[in-house]
Amino acid sequence: MKRVEDPRLIKGIATYVDDLKLPGVLHAEFVRSPHAHANILSINTGAAKELPGVVGVFTGADLNDKVAAIPCASPLPGGKTVSHTVLAGARAYFVGHPVAVVVAETRAIARDALDLVEVDYEPLPAVIDPEKALEEGSPLTHPELGTNVAFTWNLHSGDAEAAFKEADKTLKIRMVHPRLTPMALEPRGCAASWHPGESALTLWTSTQIPHLVRTLLPGMIHIPENKLRVVAPEVGGGFGSKLNLYPEEAVVSHLAIRINRPIKWIESRRENASSTIHGRDQVTDHEIAVRKDGTLLAIRTKLIADVGSYWQLLTPGIPPLTGLMHCGCYKLKTVHVDITGVHTNKMSTDAYRGAGRPEAAYLIERIMDLIAGELALDPVQVRLKNMPEPTEFPFTTATGLNYDSGNYQAALKKAQELADWPKLLEERDAARKAGRLFGIGISTYAEICALGPSKIMAAGGWEWGCVRMEISGKVTVITGATPHGQGQETSFAQIAADRLGVPIEDVVVFRGDTATAHFGRDTYGSRATALGGSAIVMSIDKIVEKAKTLAAALLESPPNEIEFKDGKFFVKGVAQKALGWGQLASEAYVAKNLPPGSEPGLEASSFFEPPNCTFPFGTHIAAVEVDRDTGQVKFLKYVAVDDCGKQVNPLLVEGQVQGGIAQSIGAALMEKTVYDENGQLLTGEFMDYAIPRAVDIPDFVLGSTETPSPSNPLGVKGVGEAGTIGSTPAVANAVVDALSPLGIRHLDIPFTPERVWRAIREKGGRP
Amino acid sequence: MNTRVKIRVNGALRESEVEPRLLLVQFLREVCGLTGTHVGCETGVCGACTVLVDGQAVKSCTMLAVQADGSEVTTVEGLSHNGELHPVQEGFWECHGLQCGFCTPGMIITIVQLLKRNGSPSRDEIRHAIDGNLCRCTGYCHIIDAAEYAAKKARV
Repeated sequence: MKRVEDPRLIKGIATYVDDLKLPGVLHAEFVRSPHAHANILSINTGAAKELPGVVGVFTGADLNDKVAAIPCASPLPGGKTVSHTVLAGARAYFVGHPVAVVVAETRAIARDALDLVEVDYEPLPAVIDPEKALEEGSPLTHPELGTNVAFTWNLHSGDAEAAFKEADKTLKIRMVHPRLTPMALEPRGCAASWHPGESALTLWTSTQIPHLVRTLLPGMIHIPENKLRVVAPEVGGGFGSKLNLYPEEAVVSHLAIRINRPIKWIESRRENASSTIHGRDQVTDHEIAVRKDGTLLAIRTKLIADVGSYWQLLTPGIPPLTGLMHCGCYKLKTVHVDITGVHTNKMSTDAYRGAGRPEAAYLIERIMDLIAGELALDPVQVRLKNMPEPTEFPFTTATGLNYDSGNYQAALKKAQELADWPKLLEERDAARKAGRLFGIGISTYAEICALGPSKIMAAGGWEWGCVRMEISGKVTVITGATPHGQGQETSFAQIAADRLGVPIEDVVVFRGDTATAHFGRDTYGSRATALGGSAIVMSIDKIVEKAKTLAAALLESPPNEIEFKDGKFFVKGVAQKALGWGQLASEAYVAKNLPPGSEPGLEASSFFEPPNCTFPFGTHIAAVEVDRDTGQVKFLKYVAVDDCGKQVNPLLVEGQVQGGIAQSIGAALMEKTVYDENGQLLTGEFMDYAIPRAVDIPDFVLGSTETPSPSNPLGVKGVGEAGTIGSTPAVANAVVDALSPLGIRHLDIPFTPERVWRAIREKGGRP
Repeated sequence: MNTRVKIRVNGALRESEVEPRLLLVQFLREVCGLTGTHVGCETGVCGACTVLVDGQAVKSCTMLAVQADGSEVTTVEGLSHNGELHPVQEGFWECHGLQCGFCTPGMIITIVQLLKRNGSPSRDEIRHAIDGNLCRCTGYCHIIDAAEYAAKKARV
């Protein structure tokens, strides 16, 4: 099924935020701190204000008492942070911190005016290394907090002491998961327009979460919720980076009201790298207790998370997900995780595609290989030894999660078949004999999706959907999920067309506008199809029921005698005398022949509240060769078998998996956000922050297994992040396997040629 | 001091007084109102702004409008004719060659130019040809499929 959203995109006539044409629009640009940490002694806006075309220049002193601070939806008990005002106050605490905003008639004038705003900074010592930040006498990211500890989080499940006593072997390993920059191709941007007659504001913003913005922003800019309309027009990728309410959205909204003209702000790539959330950035020290047969008994983890200088929407919520997903797809009974979130003078970390789970998959899947290596066991057998059997589901992990359904062995077996496993091992043996550095890596991951029951979420884990049979018999579907490239305009239309028995061309899906989608919790955590799709199914069921009572009245038969099949309603056994949607819709709205007590119309909306999250899984296998002389990693084979439950549109599933793997290969081989010792961001552009290009990505061999989720009527689990979670450890295990003949036991991502070359050189492998 | 430029865009002559610093991509988006050409980095790396200038694929954020004076420019909006998609556009639709769509116009233009040079490129040749166009969504696999589809279609 081809995507219905594609024609506008391939013709270049789609409307992203920057494509909006608003009469009389002004342009905003932000003055940002060039220092990681500095007192702001004074700001002189005089020269900028005098530039012809400049409408206004505003500093923290002008705005911070009128616009409330940036909200965090996942604070942890005992956590400490600062109130992050929309513009810096007395102090700037990361490179890119917005300090002032210029509003001008054109973008060029606004940019010219940035250079005329004089800010007198007094640089302060910057906190960069999260471990040194915990040492006594370290400079402080926020002196007023008296500590760089932002929060702690602990999970102690099972008797660790007993497990380590019982163990035949204990291992120790330290892993570093670097900071990553999401780099959606479309930077952020927003435009706001004030309608004084209605005292109402419209905000168009490149976001994954228009509904959450509508919940959070009104209180910040002091307008009623029902006077704010938020529109996410075409959104050019998010990957979690647009799962946030940012200062720029609040400032632009406030100023559009204050100046009473539409204002647009479009982020530059440099701003996107410095001032849009980053992801990952964890240092972990593990102790592992294992039996000599490979049974994993316990993991004890000390995790230091560099959360940056302030909390965005979910900042403190991400590292605990790594804690909760420590078990991966294994049965170990004892997990102790102690997390320390540390403030540093950097941009905040938050949910980047996978959000805590790629870190967990990386550590548990590396641990599986370390166990195999240490005990001279087959990595596949070690995994099989520790997996629950399909009959053990629902399966409760040591960390307390209830995995809904699974057959991990089947996915592993299928991946091995697709990889031609015995032949692959032979190839490796032959290559090694010839002195080549050939490695095979496997990763059997499980993840958590479809977030997720309201009781575990900050503000509602449901999703909303509406289905309207129009008077003409055309179908309007409105979803509260907000796809931004995933293709749910197509998959939701498919769901509606299949269940209603109408041609897909008759279905239109609306999304991303709080004026039409009255409720929504939006798109993140691979939740849109599982939850948004289910809300649509519920609504369809309601209108089918209603249509049955109407058909019963028209066919003069009791409702329980009415059958619905392929879009037709008929009395059981009398299919030749059937009523279609067109006739029923017309009757429902013309409303002359309604059964007694029946309301006109044929529309239903529903909130779907899931009983649990879903737990997709799969197996990824990578075969790589490392060039001894250059450290370059080359893919020889890449196989992925993912189980995301039922698939609504297999082509879209494939696209999600491929894209996820590519991002994950980026993380494994080249991506790393770098701040220097002074807190200067060295990876502020695509020239310095490498994301994979076409030549870096091999063709994938993809397969799937299908274990339906019992947590929703569609049986789907979600697939938006699977590739990003399963892939990095497969590549890491392959690269370490390739280097293992040199005596290398562990190497951290990213495997840049330099890092790999140095590791080879240290071990005397060349040159 | 503004300068007068005459640029033929998708077959229509556009004449305008522009600032010498105005980039070609800004001319296309702001003066011509053709917003299919996107800006992803402003440093000539991502390729979202790729257009054809006198038949050559050019990153239009690296060229000034005044440099394009007298040229013929083709943007993504100029590819389909009489409502019929260009084979490369069709390939992207058929093969699910796009997700968020932001890089797509630049990708399509680059592949249009590739297929003019090489009517039956290998997958590796396609990979190299689109090496200057970044995509964060697709992992490129379906984009390469789309280019192959278009090459085949154009040969038939």
